[in-house]
Amino acid sequence: MKSFHGQALSWELKDGVVELALHRAPCNEIGSLTLEELEKFVEDLDGFHDEAHALIIYSEVKAGFCAGADLRELYRRSREMDRRDAAHGVRDYLERIHRVLNTIDASPLTTIAAVHGVTFGGGFELALVCDLIIADKMARFCFPELRLGLIPGFGGIPRLKRDLGNAVVRDLLLTGRSFNATKVQQVGLVSQVVAEGEALRVARATAAQLGKFDRRTAVAAKRFIKPIPYEELREEIDIFCELFMRPAVEAGLRKFAESEDAQPYLP
Amino acid sequence: MTASKQTLEEILNLAAVHFKVPREKLTSDDDFFKTLGIDSLQALDLLTRLENHFHIELPDYELQGVSDFRTLAERIQARL
Repeated sequence: MKSFHGQALSWELKDGVVELALHRAPCNEIGSLTLEELEKFVEDLDGFHDEAHALIIYSEVKAGFCAGADLRELYRRSREMDRRDAAHGVRDYLERIHRVLNTIDASPLTTIAAVHGVTFGGGFELALVCDLIIADKMARFCFPELRLGLIPGFGGIPRLKRDLGNAVVRDLLLTGRSFNATKVQQVGLVSQVVAEGEALRVARATAAQLGKFDRRTAVAAKRFIKPIPYEELREEIDIFCELFMRPAVEAGLRKFAESEDAQPYLP
Repeated sequence: MTASKQTLEEILNLAAVHFKVPREKLTSDDDFFKTLGIDSLQALDLLTRLENHFHIELPDYELQGVSDFRTLAERIQARL
């Protein structure tokens, strides 16, 4: 299939570029529906390799790129199960999202995240699997998980460690503070900061430029430049699952889930 | 005009323009959540605009509990 329109996301192959658009309000929270559609996307991604050279991931939601895991759904589902089943459920969810993100990370296509607004938690982790991040100057990046007694669970720590100095990783994770696009460019994660509303246009222009290069060379270069830290990714899942079962996390998630604020994870 | 008054003035002007509120309706002691009618997401947007305008970093935790323009200006002034 060369295009798909789902409830949470859509994709289309056009002129050698696959565009994956996230469009689930309020801010593309990744719950079971989004995960199922992402799984479908990575299944189809294999079929694009002969015709495409680039993948752009962007959001059509005004609030931002992606606010991360759907913690309300995660909390609700874990409450419906006994502790043992909840632990298995969380692990299964993480294993599935890791398979999706690892596939995008390892894709032979050159991948670009065009981000704006809220790029938090799992949304930040989705951007981190991409080869390039192009950010609207109003984009904001954050790992707020420690506020809930958790660590990022979608591969954030190993991928941050792959790309950044450890001091910056500690700042992001241990303070839970958010960084603006300029700061994230200064530390080396974002390749271009652009004017408001321009990230997708610039990502498309960048993707068009990439189409001029020999694909085999680009794939070899990517494999050499961007190793995937599989062992640490496994370890992250184990640590997350261990932390998730603590009563303090349940209390934090309950507070989050019961909050009437549309964006309770914000400072 | 002192530097801190200048900072406050620039914040009020920026907020008025971006959130389309008449400048004369904004005062330094206003609760900006109420006066501007913004939620926490829009407050984050305001924070980013202020950081970009003043070329500073303002960690979120420095703004916890801050809801009036005067205190916001003090926090920003401390980083200029």
